[in-house]
Formats: sequence, C-alpha cells, structure tokens
Amino acid sequence: MAEQPETQHPGAGAGRLRRVSILGEDGRRGSDPDFDAYLEDVTLEDLKASYRSMLTVRRFDDEVTALQRQGKLALWAPARGQEAAQVGAALAMLPQDQVFPSYREHALAYERGVDLKEMLSVFRGYSGGGWDPTAHNFHLYTFVLAAQIPQAVGYAMGQRLDARLGLGQDPAEGSEPPATIVCFGDGSSTQGEAHESMVFAASYDAPVLFFVQNNQWAISVPFSTQSRLPLAERAAGYGFEGIRVDGNDLLAVRAVTAYALEKIRRGEGPVLIEAETYRLGAHTTADDPTKYRTREEEDGWAAKDPLVRLERHLRAEEVEDAFFEAASEAAQEYGREVRDAVLAMEPPEFAEYFDTVYAEANTLVEQDRAWFQQYEAGFDDAAQEDPR
Amino acid sequence: MSSIFNLPDVGEGLTEAEILAWKVGPGSTVAVNDVLLEIETAKSVVELPSPFEGTVEQLLAEEGATVEVGQPLVAVAVAGEPSGTAEAAPAGEEGAPPEASRPAPEGAAPEISTPAPEEPEGQAARSGSEGGSETAALVGSGPKADPVKRRARRRTTSSPAAAAPPAAQPAATAPAGPAATGLAGRLGGGGLGANLAERARRLAEGGRDALNRLPGRAAEEPMPTASAHRTVPSEPPRRPALAKPPVRKAAKEMGVDLAHVPATGAQGQVTHRDLLNYTAHSQDLGEAKPGDFWVSASQQAGDRIERIPVKGVRKATAKAVSKSAFEAPHVSIFVDVDASRTMEFVKRLKASPSFEGVKVTPLLILAKAVIWATARNPQVNSAWTESEILIKRYINLGIAAATPRGLLVPNIKDAQDLSLKELAIALDSLTKIAREGKTQPADMTGGTMTVTNIGALGIDTGTPIINAGEAAIIAFGTIKQKPWVVDGEVIPRWVTTLGGSFDHRILDGDLSARFMADVAAVMEEPALLLDM
Repeated sequence: MAEQPETQHPGAGAGRLRRVSILGEDGRRGSDPDFDAYLEDVTLEDLKASYRSMLTVRRFDDEVTALQRQGKLALWAPARGQEAAQVGAALAMLPQDQVFPSYREHALAYERGVDLKEMLSVFRGYSGGGWDPTAHNFHLYTFVLAAQIPQAVGYAMGQRLDARLGLGQDPAEGSEPPATIVCFGDGSSTQGEAHESMVFAASYDAPVLFFVQNNQWAISVPFSTQSRLPLAERAAGYGFEGIRVDGNDLLAVRAVTAYALEKIRRGEGPVLIEAETYRLGAHTTADDPTKYRTREEEDGWAAKDPLVRLERHLRAEEVEDAFFEAASEAAQEYGREVRDAVLAMEPPEFAEYFDTVYAEANTLVEQDRAWFQQYEAGFDDAAQEDPR
Repeated sequence: MSSIFNLPDVGEGLTEAEILAWKVGPGSTVAVNDVLLEIETAKSVVELPSPFEGTVEQLLAEEGATVEVGQPLVAVAVAGEPSGTAEAAPAGEEGAPPEASRPAPEGAAPEISTPAPEEPEGQAARSGSEGGSETAALVGSGPKADPVKRRARRRTTSSPAAAAPPAAQPAATAPAGPAATGLAGRLGGGGLGANLAERARRLAEGGRDALNRLPGRAAEEPMPTASAHRTVPSEPPRRPALAKPPVRKAAKEMGVDLAHVPATGAQGQVTHRDLLNYTAHSQDLGEAKPGDFWVSASQQAGDRIERIPVKGVRKATAKAVSKSAFEAPHVSIFVDVDASRTMEFVKRLKASPSFEGVKVTPLLILAKAVIWATARNPQVNSAWTESEILIKRYINLGIAAATPRGLLVPNIKDAQDLSLKELAIALDSLTKIAREGKTQPADMTGGTMTVTNIGALGIDTGTPIINAGEAAIIAFGTIKQKPWVVDGEVIPRWVTTLGGSFDHRILDGDLSARFMADVAAVMEEPALLLDM
C-alpha cells in the first residue's frame, strides 16, 4: 500500500535557498553563522515571555473554538501551530512598524497589544473592525484573500515618500524609521494581488516585509499543488531577497525578521520571509481537514509543535517548573476571561456605523444618519410591549 | 434549573446536523468545554463541547436523528442552581394565558396572536430571558439567537401629527382566530412547542403565502397572488417546494423533484428524512401506484416527458462507459460455478477468531480469486495505448459501488500485497466510505481491474462494461441454491454465475476464458488460494 499520492509536481524542486533553523526539534539551540548576530539581544526572559504569549494564545484559540461550537461565534480561524512564526516575528518589530494581517494572526495581534477579546466581536458579528488599528499599528483583519498585500505595499510606498520629506517620524520613537509588515499565507501567495504588490514594492523600494506563513494547506489544496518551489524563491524573480525559515522555530524566525527589518529600514527595499509552519487545526470551524489530509501527516507535524519545542528549550535552560505552572494557570484564567467576555457582549447600535464611514464629518452621511434616526423613531414600541 | 443546549450552526449557514454519538448520558457530570456529542453536518464531523457545567438531565435527540439548527440537544442541570424539569427552559411562555385574560409577560404573548411567523426562535429566546426569572434562557443556538428587534411599524412616518388610525394595527389587535388560540391553549401554553405547532398548523393550512405576509397585515387579508393562484383550479398540482440547500442538493443528485416529496418540516419544508422516505418508498413501491406516474394522453405532450438534466456522476459515468464501449471491442464470457465451498469457507472464516470483527463476504473470496488468477494471466491486468500494451505488475482492484452520488469505482491500491484479512478490511472500509459518499478522487484513479457485484441486487449475471483505461471487468452474480448435477445426481448446491468482459484488442477469447476458468476454479475450491 505504499502508493505515493500524486501530489508532487514533476517540476518540483527544493530551490537554492537553505532553510534557516536554530532551535532544533529537541529544543537544543544550534547556531547559524549569518543570523546568530540577530539573537544577541534576546534574553532568557524574552523567551519566557514569548512562551507565555504562545501558551496564552493557544489557550485562547481552544476556548474560542469551543465557543464557536457552542453557537456563540459565527466562525473561527484557529492559528494553532503557527504561534512561533507570529511571536518570533513580533519580537523583531518596533512599535512604529505597521502590521497588515490576514485573519489568522492572533498571536501577532496579542503581541502587538490588541485585546483579543475585543477581536472576537468581529467573529460574533457585532463589529466590522474589532479594534482601533492606530492604537497598536496593527491593521484590521482582512478576510478577502491577499487584499491586504497591495494595501500594505501602498502604505509602505507612502512611508518612503514621508521619509524623503522628513515626515512621519516621531522623534519619541527613536531614530529607527518605520517599516511595514504584511502577513499572508501560502494560499494568498497564488493571488494576483500578491504578484502585483511585489512588482510595485520592488520598483519603488517600498520598506515592506512580506511575511508568508506557509502552513502547507490553502484550505484543502496542498502546498505541493500551489508551487513547484519554496515561496521564498519567488523573491529573486522580483529582484529582492527571499529567506526560508523554520516557522516553528521561534529563534530563527526572530533572527531572520530582525535581519530583514534592519535591511528594510536601511532603505534597501522589500524582503520576503517564508516561515514554514503547519496549521495544526482546521482552516476554519467550517472546515474538516480530515477530509483532505492524512492522520500520519498531522501526527508528523504535531511532533514539531512550536510550543513543545520552546518548552523543551526552556527546560534545558533550567527554567523551573513553577514558571510553567504559573504560565499554564494564567493561560487558563485568560481562557475563562475570554469566555466571560464573549458571553457578555452586547450587539452594537446600528447608528454607530455612521461614525466610521468617513474619517471626518460628512454632510451626506449626516443626512443619512438623520433619516435613519427618524426611521427608527417610526416604530411603535408601545405596541410591542402590549400587543393587545 | 436546567439549561438547554440547542444545536448551533457550526459551519457557515448550515441548517441541520445528524447526531453521530453521544459522549455523555443522563447523570453524567460535565464541565464547560467537555465534549457532549459528535455531530455530522453537510460539511464535517465535529464534536460539540458543553457550554455548561453541571449534570446532564436528559438527552433530547437520539443518535442517528437529524436535528435542525436551533433545536434542543441536551438538558443540563447547571451546577450551583436547583435542578428543575427539562421542559422548563423552552417553556418561555408557560405563563402566557390562552386569551388575554391577564397581562402577558413581556415579550411572550405576541407569538400567539401575531400572524407573521418571523423570528419565533429569537422571540422565544427573548421571552425566555425576559419573560420571568423562573425560566432559563435558551442558549447555544448561535449568534442568530440574539433577539432581532422586530417592532410594529407606525403607519405614519412623515407626520407624527397624523396619528395612526385604529385599523392601522391589525397585527397587534386582531386575534389569529379561535383555532389558533385554542390550539395554543390545548397545548397548555406549552411555550416553544406550542409555538412550533402553531406555526406548522398555520403553514400547513395557509401555505407559503403566510411567509410572504408582511408584519402588520391581518391574517384574514388574502395575498393577491395567492388568491389569483387559487382561482385557477385546472392548474396542475405543482407547488414550489420549500427545502434547505443540502436537501435540494441531495434531491438534485438523486434526480428527485422536490415538488413530489411530501413535506413534514415545521415550516412546510421538505426535510432530509422526507427525501429519504420518499426515495425509499419510490424504490419499494414504484409499481404500487402507477396512477401517479402515467400521464394520460389528454394532457399536453410536454407534460408526458420528464426531463432530467445530465450532470455530475451520471454524466461522468455516461462518458466513461460510452468511451469504453465504443473504443474497446468487448468480448464477454460467462461461467456457472458451484460456489458451495466458497460459502463454506466464508462461514468458517466468520467463525475464526483471527477474523473477529472483520467483515467476510463471498466478494472477498472473489476478489482474492481475481488477484490469484491475474497473476497466472497477467494480460488481463493491462491497458491499451495505440502503440503499446501496458501490463501492470500490480493490481489496484476497483469495486463498482452504487452510492448516494451514483456509480463510483474506488479501488484498493496494491491489492496484490494484502493478506486475506487485510483485503477484507480494505474492502469493508472502501464500501463504507463509498456508501457515506466520502470517496476521494484519489481513491478512484489508477485502477487496473474492476469487480462489479451485481449479485448484491439479486441479479444472476450481466454484460459488464470495462472501466475505461482497463482491460477486464468481472461481474459477480447472486449466489443462490440451484439444482446441480453431481455424479449423475441432481442435488441443491450454492451456484453463482461469473461474467467477464475483456478488451479484445488485448485479449483473445482463449486468454479470457483461461482467466475466467481460473477465477471459477477458486470459487469452486478456495483452497487453491494456498498456492499464492
């Protein structure tokens, strides 16, 4: 029964780029001549904080999945398995950087300071946004595949123009110029927008990092169908650098992201990072991955779980049990808070939608709002209370 | 007080789910997020975690049942609260009087008197949460369960001075009729139950136009279209059928016109069960009521021909068999076989401890026989190209299966490597997956030879058509006792007929015959399989 499924394209290849890997599956830290320098400032405390974040978001993910199964949320897209890629990248970002997420960047959102409980108002259908993008320079989730990529590149082109004019730099943020990070997946990489965005980013030296989490599956389409080569290889075609990294390796992701952002801040244009990871859960709660992938494959990747790997490393560094117990308890508590927050959510007043049509006051919108208020007032609430 | 967990929409826009297995029973203690049950939706199999902590009081749906979204699944006595009856939760309107004899609890009464049946679940949920401290909220029916504010509209919006005339609020004032309130009363004001029964009755009587009726329109006020419809008595009795998308899809695939299916859904819709009942009925009793089928000559000619669009599996099957039948000249041969020893062998395998839990059928022996005979006559396991004959030194044995999606031929990959037991397991799982409609495209490609088990339908034999791209197909007829001559005496034996079709471009009659004789020999004496 050793029939090899015909998923590998005959033209498939491994490409020229090596895959950067620092933290082994056994939790042992190796070294990398090119990227070790980008980890010198990372302390054990940083790693412990990262572990806490990853564990908290994992717990959050599980609780939210359960809430969806209980009918409290319309939909959920779990990030389970991709935490190291997101937290590792976040570790290398600065507050002034602009992040354009897809819809699965929960760990990255958490690291940027977004209140994940607030985020769930989107998945409950109570909000079209969920949070203030300017508060953490973390833009709204984009549910249309790849639509955030041209937006991010456009933003980055603006950053470059601002820099030329000496604008857009807050002295309080230090001397580092801001960069843009756009997150998308292997599935979105096949969209036309991704290609166009890379062409423009290269042409205009946009300070943008294309951060691709290759989680191996575009819903039910395996990566081997989507691309013959690793996605990082594509960057060469546009004329900028591509980097392959083990996306379940927190240290390696941190190092390559720090390297890429440093290069971008120097004004050398875009970089693409392909973090090779795995979506351990379903695409969304409306998806059943057992229909298209095998138990063996899932088990193989479960063994590479980034959280397990980081825990092994921390234990090898003699982090005491009390830390793990406290982290676990805090994560449990967070899960309970999330549940309580979702159950307590109140639907918005429709009139609120008029507030965010334009950034500034607009007479047409005000007319619409007035019409709506009159319409609302036209209902006979008394009749509802006592129909007889 | 018990809380009810209603079936949520766990996908995007699902309408119903089948209960696969309960993981808890009455009396089980559950914590929040403990798995309660496993359901299968049109999209996936999922586990539902408990939204409550407490003790399971009652399971409100059986395994195997199809439950609509929003319907109750389980009653849980929530920890820290006094236990109550399971009926308490849906009975949001238990305090509602049959008539307006006393003020109705807030939000409870409108369901009985309002003719427009919109958002009753939402209203019920509301009445549950607002209608008094005694009743628990209906929870777990999805974000949709949040009450939609449906309020009576004032007829005058432009000028508040022109006050609404009394007649402008028939919805609020006109009772739906004595029958409606009487029914609700008979059901003891039984809350959601009465509410649903009332809706069902209204829909059954009033038909679809009740759905179209605007809130605020009196029940007696006829819809213009509906009345126009009713004044044409000679119109053929076709009605547009209400059904949810998964049911429509299933009906389309089965080639069933939903208009013919008797509907039992609460809103007059055809449910999945109705469809299954109808198809089972039409298969069993297809001849019973020919009057329903034949259309007399007095009708328009167009009405006497039923048109079924050719698509999906039907279309693929048609294309494949035409290609095979026209491109590959078939040579078909048949042989009667005394399969008594096979039957005996199957019986012994079933009793054997090493085959415990494994499904053993005569098809298993036939499959093994085909593999055995193929090794002795490899040319049957081949494919024709214009320049070459490709002889496959492995066998991906296809099994033709009638499935809900139509005829599918999934195959067992590298069947030559499987032991008898492994083959049995592979056959069983292949047929199960096919029957569940879960066969993956990869399971159907790469076949090298096929067996079609027409005997399962009670047929003796037939001329099978070769699965395109292969060179041989074996038809396995029914096995039944027949008179058989042994040593000049007629005795009853278990007899079957094997049919085979072969691509004459590759195989001449003699090779085909030798192969069939080998297969037959194994069916007559399964001990030959020892020679493998």
